[in-house]
Amino acid sequence: MNPLTYEKATSSTDALERHDGDAAKFLGAGTNLVDLMREGIATPTRLIDVTGLAQSIEEQSDGGLRIGAGVSNTAVAEDATVRAQYPALSRAILAGASAQIRNMATVGGNILQRTRCSYFYDVAGSRCNKRSPGEGCDAIGGFNRAHGILGVSDSCIATHPSDMAVALSLYDAVINVESDEGTRSIPINDFYVLPEDTPDIENQLNPGELIVSVDLPAPSANRRATYRKVRDRASYAFALVSVAGSLIIKDGLVVDAGISLGGVAPKPWRAIEAEAAIVGSPPTEETFRNAAQIALADATTQPGNVFKTELAQRVIVAVLQDLAGDAQ
Amino acid sequence: MTIEINNRPYDLPDDARISLLDFMRERLEFFGSKKGCNQGACGACTVLVDGERILSCLALAAQYDGRSVTTIEGVANGDELHPLQALFVEHEGMQCGYCTPGQIMSGIALKSELERGAPSNVSSDLTVAPRLSRDEIKERLSGNLCRCGAHNGIIDAVAAYVGGEEQ
Ligand SMILES: Cc1cc2nc3c(=O)[nH]c(=O)nc-3n(C[C@H](O)[C@H](O)[C@H](O)COP(=O)(O)OP(=O)(O)OC[C@H]3O[C@@H](n4cnc5c(N)ncnc54)[C@H](O)[C@@H]3O)c2cc1C
Ligand code: FES
Ligand code: FES
Repeated sequence: MNPLTYEKATSSTDALERHDGDAAKFLGAGTNLVDLMREGIATPTRLIDVTGLAQSIEEQSDGGLRIGAGVSNTAVAEDATVRAQYPALSRAILAGASAQIRNMATVGGNILQRTRCSYFYDVAGSRCNKRSPGEGCDAIGGFNRAHGILGVSDSCIATHPSDMAVALSLYDAVINVESDEGTRSIPINDFYVLPEDTPDIENQLNPGELIVSVDLPAPSANRRATYRKVRDRASYAFALVSVAGSLIIKDGLVVDAGISLGGVAPKPWRAIEAEAAIVGSPPTEETFRNAAQIALADATTQPGNVFKTELAQRVIVAVLQDLAGDAQ
Repeated sequence: MTIEINNRPYDLPDDARISLLDFMRERLEFFGSKKGCNQGACGACTVLVDGERILSCLALAAQYDGRSVTTIEGVANGDELHPLQALFVEHEGMQCGYCTPGQIMSGIALKSELERGAPSNVSSDLTVAPRLSRDEIKERLSGNLCRCGAHNGIIDAVAAYVGGEEQ
């Protein structure tokens, strides 16, 4: 067994100083990392607990909201401002995991959680390019009901499992990170990178870089938003397909639309072209159907997940119709 | 490094790898919290930390330095069962009993979550306190699986508890 040390960081500077190389890893609540360590997928020898840092949710002078990376998923979902102004974020979090896990899980850890692809988890029995680059992918040609249909590659079809990140994508959240070199802010819609032929690289974070907070831009007036998740059982399961959607309707026409998809891609999937196709049109089923087709036009499916194309289209239409109905 | 479990202090283990669940079961012989899956999928290991429910199998004991843990061993008052324990007996909220400690710890936390107005995935309006319903209770208990399928009795017991009929 590997040796392991545990230490609790007292500040972000302290955390960065303690992070002394590849063998070190920041620890949120551990709900993903502890599991990955047990499975032998993550093998740090030094854990730096960052849960004590950045634990507040603060309104910003520009009307936005800054959520500390150490805030629990429960605290975000229950926050009065989030519930009122960013309802799709509250709903996305509440649709994920269980109350126990949400009480533990942190915002930083949720963003960085790894895929739930069963071949990625099966260290002893399966090939996985994400876990062991160059080895091959047993999900392609395997049991791939849960796998991705957008943004996937010949080397990896795993999805990003987070519900929360899909809502953050809808709201154009920005991730603030710190390293020895200073601070930088990365829009969540640029943060995750597609697998192509290096599926082991999942995001723009450099080794040893710390997520300190997430910024939500000021809410737009009259924007309605929600999150709908479809899964194999009614609760406590990862998404087959999920949709974070939003609409602003004025004088019978859509003036702003947002669609971000979960469960179908290696990252929260913003359907920019589909959004553009809605703007300027009346909020009708026909408008939404057309947009849903555009959103899934580039889908590449496997035998196990062909159903996801139509399912995603239907969920997009249903979510937007609900939002349009609410606006009447 | 000390941790309080059921109101008594214990020294935390030196080994950073040990989970809160293994620490309690294997080192301290608190066998009440169960190890069902050891990967966060079943809820059998649910305990309260400072009153909030968590999964002790995914927690490293070292992370809970200075915190106060309550397990199923800590809920009764001497020989007098906790009201929710009594309701599990009354409503036959169990068969083999393996998931029961986790269900009860979850049920206790669930009541305080409802009392503070916490929304759930099935709450229709996020801006007001959720209305008590069987669907709300089911959703809030969905992190605790029961392989015997005693869910109806479990939900009856928790419904009676949150509905205030615990006597
Ligand atoms: C049974 C089960 C069901 C689940 N179901 C769902 C679901 O339906 N939907 C969903 O969205 N999620 C689900 N989850 C996943 C859960 O949301 C994540 O495990 C959780 O959000 C991770 O947060 P954490 O704080 O525990 O992260 P950790 O496990 O502590 O960390 C995860 C990763 O993030 C890194 N990290 C943590 N914080 C920082 C930081 N501040 N800066 C840099 N790096 C950091 C760690 O090094 C690690 O690599 C489920 C989990 C389980 C076990
Ligand atoms: S043993 Fe912890 S969730 Fe199953
Ligand atoms: S009573 Fe047997 S697992 Fe629930």
